[in-house]
Amino acid sequence: MTAYVIRRFLQMIVIMLIVSIVAFIVIQLPPGDFVDAYVTTISGGETFTQETIDALRAQFGLDEPFLIQYVKWISNVLRGNYGVSFQHQRTVADLLGERLPLTLAITLPTAVLVYLIAIPIGIYSALNQYSLLDYLFSFVGFIGLAIPNFLFAIILLYIGSQYFDANVAGLFSPEYELAPWSFGKFLDLLSNLWIPVIVVGTAGTAGTIRVMRGMMLDEMRQPYVETARAKGLSEARLIFKYPVRVAISPVLSTIGFVLPALISGTAIVAIVLNLPTTGPLLLNALLAQDMLLAGSMILFLSLLTVIGTFVSDLLLIWADPRIQFE
Amino acid sequence: MPKDQVANPPSEESPLEVVSPQRLMWWKFRRHKPAVFSGILLLLAYVGSVFAGFFAPYDPLSRGRNLYMPPNPPRIIDSEGKLRAPFVYGMTMSRDLNTLRPIYTVNTDEIYPLHFLVRGDEYKIGLHGVPLNALRPLHIRLDVRLFGAAGAPVNFFGTDQLGRDLYSRLIYGAQISLSIGLASVFLSLALGLILGGISGLYGGWVDSLIQRVIEAIIAIPSIPLWMGLAAAIPRDWDPVQQYFAILIVLSLISWTSTARVARGRFLAVREQDFVMAARLYGCSQWRIITRHLIPSIMSYVIVNITLAVPRIILAETALSFLGIGLNPPTISWGVLLQAAQDNLVVHFYPWMWIGPALCVIVAVLAFNFVGDGARDAADPFAS
Repeated sequence: MTAYVIRRFLQMIVIMLIVSIVAFIVIQLPPGDFVDAYVTTISGGETFTQETIDALRAQFGLDEPFLIQYVKWISNVLRGNYGVSFQHQRTVADLLGERLPLTLAITLPTAVLVYLIAIPIGIYSALNQYSLLDYLFSFVGFIGLAIPNFLFAIILLYIGSQYFDANVAGLFSPEYELAPWSFGKFLDLLSNLWIPVIVVGTAGTAGTIRVMRGMMLDEMRQPYVETARAKGLSEARLIFKYPVRVAISPVLSTIGFVLPALISGTAIVAIVLNLPTTGPLLLNALLAQDMLLAGSMILFLSLLTVIGTFVSDLLLIWADPRIQFE
Repeated sequence: MPKDQVANPPSEESPLEVVSPQRLMWWKFRRHKPAVFSGILLLLAYVGSVFAGFFAPYDPLSRGRNLYMPPNPPRIIDSEGKLRAPFVYGMTMSRDLNTLRPIYTVNTDEIYPLHFLVRGDEYKIGLHGVPLNALRPLHIRLDVRLFGAAGAPVNFFGTDQLGRDLYSRLIYGAQISLSIGLASVFLSLALGLILGGISGLYGGWVDSLIQRVIEAIIAIPSIPLWMGLAAAIPRDWDPVQQYFAILIVLSLISWTSTARVARGRFLAVREQDFVMAARLYGCSQWRIITRHLIPSIMSYVIVNITLAVPRIILAETALSFLGIGLNPPTISWGVLLQAAQDNLVVHFYPWMWIGPALCVIVAVLAFNFVGDGARDAADPFAS
């Protein structure tokens, strides 16, 4: 047990190291560097002397080779110093602290809901294969997989304004938009949260239903089900005691794919629905080539998924002790 | 099978047939009706997009006089309930005096019969905006179009803010959206097979390294990473450069799932007896890989392709919609969806985004059905 957890933890560190290299490559990719962008965006009419520009370059270590720059950057990041967003004139840490919790506020409830809804429906569909509801769920599932998140959001915006005269965009009502955090604001957030949760969660739910249904169908054909039935176990007891427990483990392990997909989905849906999460911030940072902000954001979104996957691995050991021996 | 049936020598009428596995798969695939239907639909879409100039009534960039015109579908039954040859009604424009938005009403007095195989704007056959050198000989100038109407514009799906025909633009958009999906899947397939193969065949630290890289790429939420890579593409590149740059960006991330499948299959297959037999027979490593291992994982590869294409199409659509993928004058479904960034368009001119949205959804659904059919067909244990 401990050995397995330590091994997974070490793997997680290695993965984060590779992720940080990828994030740094993204920072470095655009033509020109941070200082070029800074000079052209900020200076306005003011002209920078070559000396100032060189001094800026030296300060950020931009005239050194890639590897040294990376080491400098990562050692700063590890000390909690993510640099400054020149676009916002604020520290990256500050901006992330504002936006990341709201991204989590959408992603975590969605992840929980995806499994809470998909697993019972998957079980039901498998037990009542080719029934009317099974076909209905399959159909809805296919549509849910085929409609990209952001299109779904646009469709909701359109339906909301056309038929209900309601604006579904935003996370807060206007009166709470700029207000400091309070219990009232929290309740307001909850009342607006369901739309992004539905939009982001649909595709994941549809996919998970398919996996759960498939696993259950496979398990129900196993001889041990027949044995249990022959011994006179009640149908409900039989199903929940054996096939469900076996089928659920691979479904839970899909969280490694579901979580990145949810965060991905939240990013683009947030842009359409104008939610104050990391998505719009990332897009604007990329368009303005505010690369220190963009890179840190990619790093943190990945960190969220890596930690999420690690936690789900621990849960899986608890649910299925055979895993640690693989 | 009963013993005597097998023992019977094949008679003249029903000679015993040897059926290849490929054949069996094809038979199984044909039984999956939604998959066959979707396959035909996709085939038609690809053929239609190659001959876009013939099927589209207009050049996708030519501007008409009617801006923001709603869809004006072809009809065969007129307002008096009489059946007649295909025609379109004329549209009369007025303006909302408060908002100055154009309002179109169908004028049932003006009837314009549709003519088939008419002369229209000149066009070329080939990818629009992406002149592939290999396709140059095909660039014959033509001007015969499938249909048109004398004296009136034909805008089945309406027009956009510049009066361009959306129906024509959707057909031209299919060229880019459908081709980028296939091309990038083949590129990522090549990457995935090579890296997954190396990983599965050599094992050891090479395997561990490749596996960790794959896990790291999977851990990064794909849309933010795609956005980061796509934003680095200079916006002043010409459409051809943009197209290939986006293609590479999409492939760079999507090879991981293929590599995982390829590695798993290689690991399973290399222990099998026929590989051992080939090795004992003195086959070179290269021959074993190309003649024995790759054919044995081919069915998995095909399934993987059909399930990966819709993901790429969705990714291209999302990136172009955000304005960091393809950009005008290139036309793709995602570029057309950029119109929905404008709240006014979402609410008042919905046909401008519903058309491309439907195209994306139908294409993705069709690929998913074909993929499902292919998966069932490739699985020898599926009933």
